[in-house]
Amino acid sequence: MPEVRSPILELQGITKSFGGVEALRGVDFALLPGEIHGLVGENGAGKSTLMKIIAGVHTEFSGRFLIDGKETHFRSTRDAHAAGIAMVHQELSVAPDLTVAENVFLGNQPTNALGLVQWRRMAREAGEQLARFGIDVDPMTRLGDLPIGLQQLIEIARVLFSGARIVILDEPTSALSPPEVERLFATLRRLREEGTAIVFISHFIEDILLVSDTVTVFRNGRKVAETASAATSKGALIEAMIGRGGEALEHSYTDDLMLPQPSDSTVVLKADQLSLARSLKDVSFEARAGEVLGIYGFMGCGQQELSRILFGKLKPDGGTLVVEGRPKTFASTAAARRAGVALVPESRRDMLFHQEPVYKNISISILDRISSLLLKPAQERDIAKRQVEQLQIRPPVVGLDLGMLSGGNQQKVALAKWLTYPPKLLVLCEPTRGMDVGAKNDVINIVRDLRARGLAIIVLSTEPETVLSLADRILVLKRGTLVREFSNEPVSKDRLLEAA
Amino acid sequence: MSSETAFAEAHRARGLAPFLRSQMRNIAPFLTLICLSAFFAFASPSFATLDNLGNILTQVSVTGIIAVGLTFVILCAEIDLSIASIANVTGIAVAYFTLQESYVNIANIPLPGAVAIILSILLCALLGLVNALGLTVIGIPSFIMTLAMMQIAAGISALLVRGQIAYKVPSLITTLGSGSISGIPWIVIVAAIMLLGGHLVLTYTRFGRYVYMVGGNREAAEYSGLNVKLILGAVMVISAVCSGIGGMLGVAHFGSAQQNEFDTYLLDSIAAVVVGGTSLFGGRGGIGNTIVGLFVLGVLNNGLDHVNIDSFLKILIRGLILLAALIINVFAQRLREKAAE
Repeated sequence: MPEVRSPILELQGITKSFGGVEALRGVDFALLPGEIHGLVGENGAGKSTLMKIIAGVHTEFSGRFLIDGKETHFRSTRDAHAAGIAMVHQELSVAPDLTVAENVFLGNQPTNALGLVQWRRMAREAGEQLARFGIDVDPMTRLGDLPIGLQQLIEIARVLFSGARIVILDEPTSALSPPEVERLFATLRRLREEGTAIVFISHFIEDILLVSDTVTVFRNGRKVAETASAATSKGALIEAMIGRGGEALEHSYTDDLMLPQPSDSTVVLKADQLSLARSLKDVSFEARAGEVLGIYGFMGCGQQELSRILFGKLKPDGGTLVVEGRPKTFASTAAARRAGVALVPESRRDMLFHQEPVYKNISISILDRISSLLLKPAQERDIAKRQVEQLQIRPPVVGLDLGMLSGGNQQKVALAKWLTYPPKLLVLCEPTRGMDVGAKNDVINIVRDLRARGLAIIVLSTEPETVLSLADRILVLKRGTLVREFSNEPVSKDRLLEAA
Repeated sequence: MSSETAFAEAHRARGLAPFLRSQMRNIAPFLTLICLSAFFAFASPSFATLDNLGNILTQVSVTGIIAVGLTFVILCAEIDLSIASIANVTGIAVAYFTLQESYVNIANIPLPGAVAIILSILLCALLGLVNALGLTVIGIPSFIMTLAMMQIAAGISALLVRGQIAYKVPSLITTLGSGSISGIPWIVIVAAIMLLGGHLVLTYTRFGRYVYMVGGNREAAEYSGLNVKLILGAVMVISAVCSGIGGMLGVAHFGSAQQNEFDTYLLDSIAAVVVGGTSLFGGRGGIGNTIVGLFVLGVLNNGLDHVNIDSFLKILIRGLILLAALIINVFAQRLREKAAE
C-alpha cells in the first residue's frame, strides 16, 4: 500500500428496508482510488442492495453518502453516472440487434457537426478499445450473433472504458470461460494502476482473493468483516459469510473424484443424433432413472439449445427423442410436461412470475393435477407451504410476491414448482449459478434426494464444480458435439477443463 | 424459528403507503369515476337521477359485452382491433339470415331464428379462430393480425348488405336487444351476466389463472409447461364471440343493421378496459376494472350531454381522458414494480 489515500466514496450507517424487511442495517463502506474491493456474502446478504444505492438505483435509504468527502444524494442513476459511477449488472443488458460498435458507444456515439453518427470513427475506436481488452471481433458484427460470454465481456469493456472513476461489477465472471476471466482480471489490474476504484462482487471466492486488494463480507444485511485479501483465506471468508464451519461445505474439486459404476436402470430418455443449425451436431445420449447425468461445456457449447430441445421449446433439425421407449416430437412445452419432462432454465427471470405470490409460482405447473375446472386456492397454498418448508425457502410466507425473495430463494421456488408431482426426467440448467455456499448445498441435497426417489436428472452447467458435485456420469459438450464421457473413472476439474 | 416469525411480521407490517402504491391501478379509476359523477351531479340537476342511471347502464351495455372478451385479450398482453368490425359483421349476418320486409333490397337467405343466431355465432367464432391461428401458428403480432381482420370483417359486412340497411333480426335477439323485463332492459341484464361470467372465469377457473400467468410472464408460462399458444388462441376466439354477441344485440338495440354501425365501439371498448386499470403489459387487472372503466366512459359520455357542451368538443375531451388513463396505466405499472423491488 502506498501513502494514505482519502476515500473516493464513503458510506456511513446505511440502512435500507424493503417493505419492512431490512436489507441493510447500519453499513459503513469506504472505497479508495486505485483499489479493487471484493464483496462477498450469501444471497440476500445485502451486497447488491448496497451497490444499487451507490449506483443511484435505490434512492431512498438512511445514512450518509459522501463522494470525495462531500455529502451527496443521488436522485437517479443519471446522477450517479455524472459522478463517475458505472455498474455492470448481473444480468446482461446489451442491445443484441445493434452492432458491437454501437453497443460500445451506446448513448454517446461520435457525431459530426450535423449530428450524424460517424460510423467509421465509431467502428475504429470501438475496435481499439476492445483490443485493449484482448477482444478481437469485427466491430460491425451484430452483437447478438456472438457467444454470450463474449457479449458479457463487451458489456464489461464498455463500462470499464466509459471513463468512470468507480466501477461496480456484479458477478462478472459467472458466464465467462477461464481464459476470458484472465483477460478481465488483467484489465482490472491495469485500470487499478490508472487510479480507478473497482468493486467486485462474486460468489467465486478464488476470483475475489486473486484480484482484489480488500475484501468485505456481508451477512444478513450487516458488514461482518473487512480485511486485506492477502491476510485471509477462502475458508476464513466462507466462515465469516455463513457463520458456521465453512471448510466442509466448499469442495474445491481439484483432486480426483471417483465416478460410480454406470447404472443399468431403465432408460427414461434416449436422445439420438440430435442436430440443430449451428448449435448441435449428432448429439446422442441416454438418461437413466435414479441417475444424475452431468453435461459440462463452456458458454455457447450448445447446452442451452440442448435443454430447450428436451423440453419442447426448440425443435431439432434432425434426430429423435425417445421417452420411455416411445419416440416423441414435442409440439410444445406443454406436451413435454405431459410426457414427464421438466426444465429449470438458467435464468430465473424466464421461469418465475415476479409479480405473483410464491404459491401461484409453485402451483402453476401442477394446476391441472389439482383442479379440473375450478381453482382450489386452499390446496394450492397447502402444497406451496409444504414445499417452502421442505426446501427452507425464506421468508416462509407463501402469499408474498416472488419479487420480494432473494435470488437463491427464487431459485428454490423454481425447483419447487416441479417437486409436488415429480417428473420422470428433470433437466436443470446451471442449478447453482449465482448462489451462495449454503443455498448451493441445499440444492445439491434436493437433487440427491430426487435421484434417490428414482428420477432421471440431467444437469447442464458451465461450472465444473456444479457438474462434479452432482453428477454420476459426465458428458462433455464442445462446440455442439459430445467429445468425452466420464463414467466409472476418476474425474477432476482439471480433467473436465482439459476435455472441453 | 424466531427469524421466520420476524420475517412474517415484517411482511404484515409493510404499512399502508406501499399497499396503496401497489393498488394504484385499482384506486385511480375509481377516484376518477367518483370525481366525474360528483362534477356532473353538481353541474346538472338532471344527471343524478335514477332514470339517468338507467340510461347510462343501457348506453354502456353493448360496449360492456364487447369489453368482456377484450379484457381477456389485454390481460394476455395482446390486443384485438377487430372487435368492432366483428360485432358489425355478426349483427349484419344475423339480419341477413332473417326474413326482411319487402322494401329491403338485400339478396338475403331467410332461415329460422335459432339457425340464424347459431350461424352468426359460428361466423364470429370462425373469424376469431382466424385471428388465433394468425397469432399463434403463423406468428403475426396481434396488432397487425387483427388490423387485417378489421378490414376482412368490414369487407364481409359490405358484401352482405351492399350499402343497404336491414331491420329485422330473430325475435330472441330483438327481445334481448331492445326489450325489457319489469323495467330493466334485457341488454343490461345480458351485459351484467356476461361481465359476471367473465369475472368468474378469470378469478375462479384454471383457464383464468393461465390467462393472468401468460400475461404476467409469457416466457415463464412456457417454461412452466403451459400451452401458451392454446391460451392465446382461446382468448382471441372469446374476444370475437363476445364482440359478435355485442353486435347482434346492438343491431336489435339500434333497430338497424348497416355498414360502419359499430365503428366507435373499437375505441370505446379499449378505453373501457384500459381506463379501468387493466395493464396494457398484461397480467394485471380484470373484469372489475373493466366495469369501473365502463362507468367512467358512460358517465363521461352521458354527463357531457347534460351540461350542454359543444358536441365537437366532446370528442376532444374523450381523447384527453383516454390519454390521462393511459398515463395512469403506465405509471401504476411502474409504481407497482417499485413496490415489489
